[in-house]
Formats: sequence, C-alpha cells, structure tokens
Amino acid sequence: MSNATLEIRNLHARIPGGEPILRGVDLVVPRGEVHALMGPNGSGKSTLAKIVAGDASYEVTDGQVLLEGEDVLGLAPDERARAGLYLAFQYPVEVPGVGIANFLRLALNARRPEGEEIGVMDFYQKLQTAVKALDWDESILERNLHEGFSGGEKKRSEILQLLVLEPKYAILDETDSGLDIDALKVVAQGVNAARGPDFGCLMITHYQRLLNYIVPDRVHVMVDGRVITEGEKELAMELDQKGYEWVREQVGA
Amino acid sequence: MSDLTNVNPDAEKLQGMEHTKQYDFRLPEEYFYRSEKGLNKRVIEKISYFKEEPEWMLKFRLKALEIAEKKGPPKWGPDLSGLNFENIYFYIRPNEHKGTVDSWEEVPEDVRETYRRLGVPEAEQRALAGVGAQYESEMVYHKLKEEWEKKGVIFLDTDSGLKEHPEIFKEYFSTVIPPEDNYFAAVNSAVWSGGSFVYVPEGVEVGVPLQAYFLLNAQSIGQFERTLIIGAPGSKFHYIEGCTAPAYNTDSFHSGVIEIIAQDNSQVRYSTIQNWSHNVYNLVTQRALVHAGASMGWLDGNLGSKVTMKYPSCYLVGERAHGEVLSIAFAGDGQHQDAGSKMIHAAPHTTSSVVSKSISKGTGRSSYRGLVQIYEGADYARSNVECDALLLDDVARTDTYPYIEINEKTAHIGHEATVSKLDDEQIFYLMSRGLAQHEAMALIVRGFLDPVAKELPLEYAVELNRLIELEMEGSVG
Repeated sequence: MSNATLEIRNLHARIPGGEPILRGVDLVVPRGEVHALMGPNGSGKSTLAKIVAGDASYEVTDGQVLLEGEDVLGLAPDERARAGLYLAFQYPVEVPGVGIANFLRLALNARRPEGEEIGVMDFYQKLQTAVKALDWDESILERNLHEGFSGGEKKRSEILQLLVLEPKYAILDETDSGLDIDALKVVAQGVNAARGPDFGCLMITHYQRLLNYIVPDRVHVMVDGRVITEGEKELAMELDQKGYEWVREQVGA
Repeated sequence: MSDLTNVNPDAEKLQGMEHTKQYDFRLPEEYFYRSEKGLNKRVIEKISYFKEEPEWMLKFRLKALEIAEKKGPPKWGPDLSGLNFENIYFYIRPNEHKGTVDSWEEVPEDVRETYRRLGVPEAEQRALAGVGAQYESEMVYHKLKEEWEKKGVIFLDTDSGLKEHPEIFKEYFSTVIPPEDNYFAAVNSAVWSGGSFVYVPEGVEVGVPLQAYFLLNAQSIGQFERTLIIGAPGSKFHYIEGCTAPAYNTDSFHSGVIEIIAQDNSQVRYSTIQNWSHNVYNLVTQRALVHAGASMGWLDGNLGSKVTMKYPSCYLVGERAHGEVLSIAFAGDGQHQDAGSKMIHAAPHTTSSVVSKSISKGTGRSSYRGLVQIYEGADYARSNVECDALLLDDVARTDTYPYIEINEKTAHIGHEATVSKLDDEQIFYLMSRGLAQHEAMALIVRGFLDPVAKELPLEYAVELNRLIELEMEGSVG
C-alpha cells in the first residue's frame, strides 16, 4: 500500500489572471496519519485546501494532486468527494431550509451504488455515534445546515459531517479558529475519534494550541506558497516560540 | 425525530427518475360533445342546456358574458396578447361517462392511464377515498368517505352541487366573487364547468384533506372550473387541489374562480400545486371571505404555464379573523409568474401573514404583486408580508409590486423583500460533500422553498419537489 497517500506534487496556482499564490507545493499525507500544516497569514494554506477540494475560482498552472496515485485535478468537486476527499471549511456556508440529517443521507447515498442506499437504522446509528463523539444534542440534526449557527457550531458541524461521511482523507481548514477552549476540546475529541489506520488528515492551523489536543504525526510549514520545511511535532512548539521568521532564516527562504 | 424516520423520501423517488419530458404526452381525444370555438351566446346556451341547469343559472351566465364583453381584458400586468378566444373551445364534455362515478374501476381506462403516466399518486389506495378528479371539463371520478357523509359533509363537483343542493348553492354562489369583479371572473361566470363544491357543517372537523385532482387533455381547451367552499361556524378542514397538465400545441387558457366562505371561528385551508404546460394562460381569481374568529389559509404553488396571474385574497370581515397566504412560483424560460396576494382588513384585531417564494430561471420572470389594505375602523390590525426571490442565473428577472393602504393609525404592518442568486459557494460546498451539481442546485432550491413546502402533506411535497426538479432541467451549466 505504498501509494496509500494524499500527495500534493509541485502545485502551482493563482486566481485567473492574478499573481501566483501557490509556487510549487510538495506535501505527502499517508493514510493513517494526521499532519499539521502551519504558516503565517497569506502563505497559501487555505488556497491549497480549496484547490484540493476542487474550488473552481482558482487556476492550477502546474503540478498534481494525487489521491492514492490518481490525479484528481481533472475531477469535479463531487467526484473528488466520492473518491474519498473531505474539506472542513474555514467558513462553512449556510444553506437555509436544508436539514442536516436529510443532507447527510443524500451525501452518504451519493457515495453508494444505486440500489444500495443506506438503511434508516444504520444511518441513524451513524448519526448518533457522531453526535455523541462531539458531545452534541441530537436535536442538532433537525436543524437546517448552519442556519443560525454560531461560529463554533459551524466548526463542530464540519467535524460531525466528517465523522458521518468517513472520508479517506480530510483537510481541516483552520477548524480551530474562533473557538474557545471548551469548543476546541470538543472539536479535537471529534477529530481524534476519526483517527485510525484508514484515515489521513491535514490540519491547517496558525497556532500550536490545537496540536495540544490533536497530536500530529508530522508538521509541515508553509511560507509564500511553498512548504519550506517539515518535521516532528516538536517543530510546531518551536515555531510557536520563535515565529515564522525563524523558519525562514533556517531554510534561507 | 421525525426528520430521521422520514429521511428524505423525495430523494428516493427522485433517484433514477427519467429526466425526460415526463408530462409531454397526450392520449387520443375522444369527445362526447365539444362546443364550437370561441365565446358567444350560443355556446353558453348549449353549455347550460347540456348541464340541464335551472333558468337562473343560464341568466347568470348570459349576464356575465355581457359584463365580460363590456370590461375587456386588464390593461396592467403581464402580456396577454397571445390569448385568442377565437381558437378556444369553451366547453368539452368527455366521452362515455356522464357525471361522476363512485369507484376507481368505473373511471375509463384511458383516463386512468393518463393519471398513471402522470405519476398521480396512489390516490385511490391511500386515505384519499374522497378524491375528485376532473377530466376535461367535467368531474368523472368522485367519491366521498362514508364517515364524512354521516357528518353531513358535502363534497361534489360543482355541477352536481347545483343539482343536489340548490338552496345552499344559490345562497353562496358568486357572493364572494361576482362577475363584475374582473374580466376573467366574468368569463368564468359565463362558461364555468366543473370544479368542487364543498360544504362542511357547523362544528365538523374533517381530518383527512378533501382532494381534487384534475387535468386538461386536449388542444385549445378552456378550463373554467368554479369552486365554491363553505365552512360553517366552527368547522375545520383542508381542501387540496393538484393539477398537472399535459402538453399541447396551441395556446390554451385556464381561468378558474374559487370562492371560499369561512364562517365564524372556522378554520379553512386551501392548497394547490399547479403545473400547467408551457402554453397555458393561467388566470385565476381566488378569494375568501373570513368571518369573526375564523382562520383562512391559502397555499398556492404555481409552476408551468406561459402567463400566470393569481392573487389569493382574504377579506377579513369579522373581528379577529386571520388570513394567510403561502405561495411558491417557478418561472422557467419564457414564463411569467405574476402572483401575490391581497389582504383586506375590514374589522378590528384582524391579522394576516403572507410568505411568497419565487424562483426565476433563464428568460423567466416572476413578480410579486400584493395588496394590504386596512379599512377605517379596523383597529389594531396586524399584517406581515415577506417575499423572497431566488434567481437561478444572471438572465432571470424578478419584480415586487407591493401596495399598502392604511386608514387606521393602530395598524401594524411589516413588509420584507429579499432577492438572492443561486450561490456558487453553496453549490461548491454541497458538491464537496459528494452531491452532483444538479443535485446541489435542486437541494438549495428545495431548501429555499421549505418554509412553504413543509406545510403541504407529504405526498404533495414530494410531487412539488419532483416538478421543481423537472423545471430545473437544463439549468446546470
């Protein structure tokens, strides 16, 4: 299973007609591991996340995104999702009138062959498990997708969906931002519940704080549209103390 | 957890559905009698003769014709220049069957076949024993649950209503919408045929909705149903009408009149989802007279048609009367949905609420045209209007024409209007969860309509979703 990875290879991208945002990103997340992607504002982390998910507002000028060896850049966002990719959005949108439970069932069934839709009981159990992992009340499932949700509830919903949809690889785009410490713990608890040999994860964050609760197997540091260094979890701690300028100097970027 | 036990039944039904022109078919036409084309005295005399009507009705029809001729079509609103009466049959009576039948088996096979192909619900299997279906201009299938009959509930086609209950009929007919009201009401009054006649006696509650399903199946047919609904004091019931019309070649005309009398403390609800084929002029007058303490709700779904003009109204004439309109309009390419509501507050402490949801696609245009009127002396009236428009692309158009007339200082009026475009971010978000683009768009639209759709019985909500899905075909890209 040597190719059981999500690999980003030499990825270059920009807003059509604009300056490059990604300038050759290289990064590998093996399935079964949780990695952190850190970097200062404007380094291109969120852009990377959206491009991997298939956001059409960016133009990829070079490189590949390999999902277990297959380049997914030619696929539509829904095809990527069905192939096993998941993005927890930094700012999840509201979709008024669309109930979370209904939506998740549609999303689950979209991944299954026709005629093999998930049974009501199985589905209900999945939801219950996910809700419990996030210390949430079941009544949340009757609410509409992010309608009237607080910032923290939206982040929690992103992890709830992750737990129900069980992707092979997930990118969490600043899932910790805007959370108080209690909410952060709950979200971390959810991500840790998803951890296992079949799940690869890339957590984008500014702060080391999140990594106290979700201990990464590896840390990548992104500056100016490139991953300039990577290391063990201690790297995150060092970054927190010394700042990104220090890494820049270290690698001569 | 109702949400979980009923998780998305529509998705199941939508799945694997053929995205062909499902409603684009007709069965061979076999007619018993068809009037000459055009509207004139001769045609009206024949209609009345065939129906064996009392003298007063013939006189009423002829007078209405005079009024129509004097009035002429309205000079405001959508373009009606394509409507040509010379090409329209104003009365068609179907083959074989005369009047209504009591069981599904008695309905002619070709009619049943049409229903089946339209996907009309398992009407006769469910608790819908009271289904009334209109084939062409006449009811051919009509049955009332025995328990209702025991309670004294009358649910008939309007022609039978006139014959079997002449006193009640004459007392209320045309009292809410006289022919003088507007041109199309006058035309309907002259040539009406079919429709439902409902009378629910004092204090009677009807648990299962009274439903009528009717359709058109011929070229250039005028369909002029006339519905008269009376809720006696303290009664409570829900009347539902669905309509899915097959396609034809030439311009067609539908002009119904629906009169409702909600007497003291009654609760009456009228729901309709209509899907006219894209050449139909759909010009309907529907109005309720709402007495003291009574509550009247219109749920109005307008799909299809070439032009729709429809403004369900509540005349709140008794103290604490309440009126409600929930409306949905979908304007696809080349269509103009001019829909809205009228709330007339003519008594103290009356309340009204309007929620209008419109969707426009391509060259489609939807308009909200609404009136809230507070009469002098209608103290402490409250009204709230909310209209939301959703545009599926950059070409589509929507307009709002709210009219508010307040003659009482204590009135409390709210009006809110929003216009939004189908949001790329929402589509991307839903796709990133695995939904195909068209599924994502349909889901957003369903969510937009949800505040209204959830007021419908489940099978109608499913039908509505299916129709919207069909209307949205080709909007991906």
